Amino acid sequence: MKNKSLVSINDFTREEHIRILELAGAFEKRPKQKILEDYVVATLFFEPSTRTRLSFESAATRLGARVIGFTDAASSSVTKGESLRDTILTVSNYCDIIVMRHPREGSARFASEVASVPVINAGDGANQHPTQTLLDLYSIRKTQGKLDNLNVAFVGDLKYGRTVHSLVQALCNYNTTFHLVSPQELKLPSSVKMNIKDRNLAYHQHTDLMEVIPKVDILYMTRIQKERFADPLDYEKVKNSYILRNNMLSGSRENLKIMHPLPRVNEITIDVDENAKAYYFTQALNGVYVRQALLAAILGVVE
Amino acid sequence: MEKEEVRKELKVSAIENGTVIDHIPSESVFQVIKILNLSEYKEQLLIATNLDSQKMGKKGIIKVSNKFFKSDDINKIALVAPSATLIIINNFAVTEKKQVEVPGHVEKIVKCFNPNCITNNEDISTRFTVIDKKELKLSCHYCEKITARGNMAFR
Repeated sequence: MKNKSLVSINDFTREEHIRILELAGAFEKRPKQKILEDYVVATLFFEPSTRTRLSFESAATRLGARVIGFTDAASSSVTKGESLRDTILTVSNYCDIIVMRHPREGSARFASEVASVPVINAGDGANQHPTQTLLDLYSIRKTQGKLDNLNVAFVGDLKYGRTVHSLVQALCNYNTTFHLVSPQELKLPSSVKMNIKDRNLAYHQHTDLMEVIPKVDILYMTRIQKERFADPLDYEKVKNSYILRNNMLSGSRENLKIMHPLPRVNEITIDVDENAKAYYFTQALNGVYVRQALLAAILGVVE
Repeated sequence: MEKEEVRKELKVSAIENGTVIDHIPSESVFQVIKILNLSEYKEQLLIATNLDSQKMGKKGIIKVSNKFFKSDDINKIALVAPSATLIIINNFAVTEKKQVEVPGHVEKIVKCFNPNCITNNEDISTRFTVIDKKELKLSCHYCEKITARGNMAFR
């Protein structure tokens, strides 16, 4: 993986994914290791994303690296009209690896082609967010002890959620049975569903959240945004059908874990937080270990 | 029938050497000219459209003197004129006849339909992999979205 950019989840093979998860496990046991003391990590956030940026910066700092960068386009030369190409070429001179978040889809792929250093995509518009996917895989593997043969439900906005798209793609490598729970308007796009069909994996589409809860090992919740509906009345009709409350979990499996890419608004009520099956905050913490693993592996300080 | 076709083709005068692009859908003739960059062409160029055709109802035809296209170039026109036939002419005689074929990769000429794709917002050439030649579906190398026949535009 040395010097390899990570733009799309499929840029890394299944074996490479597993290797990252193993390395992340080692960093979870020993998070502070000064193995990147001679390295500079650039975090270029062309749009703000405090959570992702802090997670990367925490990962880099815990490994002893220096972090440079900007936190939104307003504080970069973009406001002066500089092209993305020029920004990337220039910053390449100052660092050993670039972590980049950009509002346009495809920006990270382009950056990886012009940069002289590897690029990690920290989100390119609605396209990819592969480090989120890897931390999701890490969380699933850690809580279930395996990745293969699990029943995973995705709930909420399956049409626009890039975390859902990437995780579905990644889970297609692990003989997953998919339960897709969403309103008609927000069904998983056929281009993503194609991945499931290509592997001949089982998938079930539901509109009722209650009926899938007893069947699954992972309940992956997402937020339904009002602005996704052309007709506000359609939103009003479905908005309460995809809210998870603690009393809905009584018939669920012992090993069930509830995940959410965060931020949460109201789709998981606060009383669920007390349930041992709630995993979303630990899931976010796992992101730091996964990003440590990626930085170390791509910079070539671990094999 | 064949004879009639020949007589109609002759509505556009013959060329001595070069390439005839036949069976172009009438509405795509000018797109073909654009894709092949023929508006800048300095030699004899014969263009006809809305000709009667047994096969297609109406068709267009382009005759390009002293030009023999590389297959990569010519295959680009399959994106707008999949029915097109290429006829190579040497000394007024047909020496080769073939169908255009949708290429596996398409660069520069097609616009990504996703307005938020980086190629529509910075000065970057588009690149696509053709994932379905029959239905004509192009997967963007950058944003990974699929541009299909119905929403295809040219740069």
